[in-house]
Amino acid sequence: MLAYIVRRILYAVPILIGVNLLTFALFFVVNTPDDMARIHLGAKHVTAEAVERWKAEHGYDKPLFYNAAGTGTGKVTETLFVEKSLALFVFDFGRADDGRDIAREIQARMWPSLAIAAPTFLVGLAAYISFALVTVFFRATYLDLAGVVLCVVLMSISGLFYIIGGQYLLGKLWHLVPVSGYEPGLAGFKFLILPVLVGVVSGLGDSSRFYRTLFLEEIHKDYVRTARAKGLAERVVLFRHVLGNAMIPILTGAVVVIPRLFLGSLIVESFFGIPGLGSYTIDAIQAQDFAIVRSMVFLGSVLYILGLLLTDISYTLVDPRVRLE
Amino acid sequence: MRAWPILSALLLAACGGPVNNPYPAGQAGGNILYSAFSERPKHLDPARSYSENEVVFTGQVYEPPLQYHYLKRPYELEPLTAEAMPKVSFHAADGRALPADAPAEAIAWSAYEIRIRPGIRYQPHPAFAERPDGTPRYVPIDPEELAGIKRFADFRETGSRELTAADYVYQIKRLANPRLNSPIFGLMGEYIVGLREYGAQLEMAAKALPRDAYLDLGRHPLAGAEVVDRYTYRIKIRGKYPQFVYWLAMPFFAPVPAEAERFYGQPGMAEKNFSLDWQPVGTGPFYLAENDPNRVMRLVRNPHYHDDLYPAEGEASDAAAGLLADAGRRLPLLDEAVYSLEKEDIPYWTKFLQGYYDSSGISSDTFDQAIRIGPDGQPDLSPEMRARGIELSTAVRTSIWYVGFNMRDPLLGGAGDAARRLRQAISIALDYEEFISIFLNGRGIPAQGPLPPGIYGHREGEAGINPVVYRWQDGRAVRRGIEDAKRLLAEAGYPGGREAASGRPLTLYFDTMASGPEAKSRLDWYRKQFERLGVQLVVRATDYNRFQDKMLKGNAQIFEWGWNADYPDPENFLFLLYGPNQKMEKNGENAANYANPEFDRLFRQMKDMDNGPARQALIDRMLAIVREDAPWIFAYYPKSFGLRHGWVGNAKPNLMANNTLKYRRVEPAQRLAYQERWNRPVWWPLAASAVLVGAAIVPAAVAYRRRQRASARG
Repeated sequence: MLAYIVRRILYAVPILIGVNLLTFALFFVVNTPDDMARIHLGAKHVTAEAVERWKAEHGYDKPLFYNAAGTGTGKVTETLFVEKSLALFVFDFGRADDGRDIAREIQARMWPSLAIAAPTFLVGLAAYISFALVTVFFRATYLDLAGVVLCVVLMSISGLFYIIGGQYLLGKLWHLVPVSGYEPGLAGFKFLILPVLVGVVSGLGDSSRFYRTLFLEEIHKDYVRTARAKGLAERVVLFRHVLGNAMIPILTGAVVVIPRLFLGSLIVESFFGIPGLGSYTIDAIQAQDFAIVRSMVFLGSVLYILGLLLTDISYTLVDPRVRLE
Repeated sequence: MRAWPILSALLLAACGGPVNNPYPAGQAGGNILYSAFSERPKHLDPARSYSENEVVFTGQVYEPPLQYHYLKRPYELEPLTAEAMPKVSFHAADGRALPADAPAEAIAWSAYEIRIRPGIRYQPHPAFAERPDGTPRYVPIDPEELAGIKRFADFRETGSRELTAADYVYQIKRLANPRLNSPIFGLMGEYIVGLREYGAQLEMAAKALPRDAYLDLGRHPLAGAEVVDRYTYRIKIRGKYPQFVYWLAMPFFAPVPAEAERFYGQPGMAEKNFSLDWQPVGTGPFYLAENDPNRVMRLVRNPHYHDDLYPAEGEASDAAAGLLADAGRRLPLLDEAVYSLEKEDIPYWTKFLQGYYDSSGISSDTFDQAIRIGPDGQPDLSPEMRARGIELSTAVRTSIWYVGFNMRDPLLGGAGDAARRLRQAISIALDYEEFISIFLNGRGIPAQGPLPPGIYGHREGEAGINPVVYRWQDGRAVRRGIEDAKRLLAEAGYPGGREAASGRPLTLYFDTMASGPEAKSRLDWYRKQFERLGVQLVVRATDYNRFQDKMLKGNAQIFEWGWNADYPDPENFLFLLYGPNQKMEKNGENAANYANPEFDRLFRQMKDMDNGPARQALIDRMLAIVREDAPWIFAYYPKSFGLRHGWVGNAKPNLMANNTLKYRRVEPAQRLAYQERWNRPVWWPLAASAVLVGAAIVPAAVAYRRRQRASARG
């Protein structure tokens, strides 16, 4: 398995180089450093000298790929590609346009993201699977039909509606939780209730429908009939045998997102005032702070690849027939 | 154990405190102002900070020598840290002193001598901390000690010292520091003697040093800024620039102690985000006690703040409005101001209505809930807002939005008669009364010229209307009819919107960086206005950079633009139409590339004059020229609407001053009572939900058991 993991990590390198090249082309060729400078300097009193000084201050005053003025390896290393793009491979994210250290910001912001995303993921997964199994248990009855209708209704509602509706009901009308905000530590519990609840409810429709379909496929298989014939309770049949055998597709969808939980949610964080990485990214996009956007795109790619690798490894844990070679 | 936070919330509710209170319980009843910020400030260094969302903080921490009087209108400058207004003297090229009324051409340089008040002290800061032997406690700092410092508050020892004239001179030098890239360096380089050369000198010095090494400005003297004595300094300005005094009321000219820059310039500080950009050091009424721009920023009363009293005089209506009730009280009136990050309008508005924010703007989504437009067209609070004791304040901003014509465009531009009539026709056709009503909820007034109300030279009434677009009728300005516009269009050679010679329809191009659904309706409105003339409008939407590029190259034809005053002087608006300031080629602020020799001549004369009848006469002539030439469609002056709760006092809009927080007052007991009344938790939905869930579970459990017990035969 170790050889497999090493091979997969090596496969990731060209993918990350591709991502890097693509983002580099987008951020430096399509959108030149002059453009970046003009955005950041604003509309008032901007002179050509100010643009040049901004570029020099932020290290954007170098050629893209080849520095003819450099000496020795400097011809290659003293370029925007090496300094701004390849440096990401060693997780050197550099500084944002406001001068703040990006790595430090990421470290500080991933915890609020995780504080929302982890309970939403865990509570959600348990709720969706349980709900799907219940509907499967009552398949072809009015309860099943009601469950499916509920899922379709929940799926049809925009995610934004859940946020605004949740804030309106629980925050504004019933005064049970703060409408938005965040505090680190246990004092922050009251701020997490609403976003987690909204996150779980908004995902109930499509996830439960998906899991229900998986379980329905399993429920008619021979091993289920055998289990029932042995006299096992339906609860045991469903939660042990059906759930166990449906694990591969569940893990495919679930494990891949685990590393990305750190990255948070763009909209939820923005509406609830959570200072996580989701709002960090969306702020950077709005402010056109490309140093941050580049870093977050790269980090997102790394975590996604890590998620895929973890998914593959998790298969071996739930299905002894799977071997990674 | 897991249930304890819920239990504590229930307990709190049982005690009567709102469970949805977003603030720590310890703050309840504190003399604190609660507000929010939607965008994290980028720079808090007074040499760099320029945005409105930054001066909210820098304006309270840093003190330039002058400030705007809080209550008087028109806006009036007064000393802040200075003992008196600057002594201005004029000099010939040989240094000879010239009289105050000397012609501007004869003045080679002006000197502004400023004496600051002795005894003013800085806020507590580790840069001033000293060891018993008088050496700086944290300079140089032991790397191991720095490694153990995670937050700025971890610097346990702080100190303070007296403000001196040298600190002001030091900050002026910082404007030229190439590492800071001050947004006003280019502009000030034209005025402050030797500043441009000083910048070049510093750039050379910086290049000789490693990238993060400390650049000691003390080693490099600046000819245009000098220390006269401990409390006096002098700034030399090229020629005559009467508007310079307004810059002395901005944080750009606030003092920065060299110790602070030396402290922050040490290795390892920047990596921890310890810099002047993030931890300001000032003499102002507040200091930034907590700077977490991801969550909250907290200003706390500066224990060393100097004597500063609430003003005892203002406008005639101020006493009746209760704005003089605190006259003579020592400032600041607040202990603290807490700004929370709130990015979306809906939660901001909800928390304002719950009493957790003391004031709020009005977004278009909430306008109808907050405001009723009376039969006289005047805005007023809705009954719901009145019932909550909320108060409304409105102010016309010292800003203008306009639609510009590129005067270099072969079709629309130039001084030719046909093009001028075409521009005038379009100016009439664009009905900004309708625009303000549809898109701004009435929050603006149609512009009659480039000078908004509150700026010297602006005239109200019949004398102030733009006769090309309006006529005076029944005591008010009435937009000319579309027939007038069509007549002008025909005179321009486009009867019915078609070229007279060829019969081809006239097509014009509107360049904009607006996009999205909201912009679409606005752009459709523009198309519709042009269609009234029979003219086709093609909208060329693009991004910010391409738009700027087009403007620089003069490739745009018609465009939208705006300007917000730096200072309340007509020069700051009329220079937007001054020929040598053209955007194309000169990269100036004259985006329309307008050039009229007579206007330019009058501008040069007007800009150096003191306010008075002679200046007003010149301004009137200049306004008449631009109204006739119509390089802009004067669109509107935006109006700001602000809401505040009844417990907030001394909230008079002052669009020029940055340091208004020190005058603000709150009644914490009243706020607390309202918060509790407005936020009583409603528990029954939780019980109802539990019943509903139970109602769903019980039959399911019964059905499950029945099925489990059923035999094969059923």
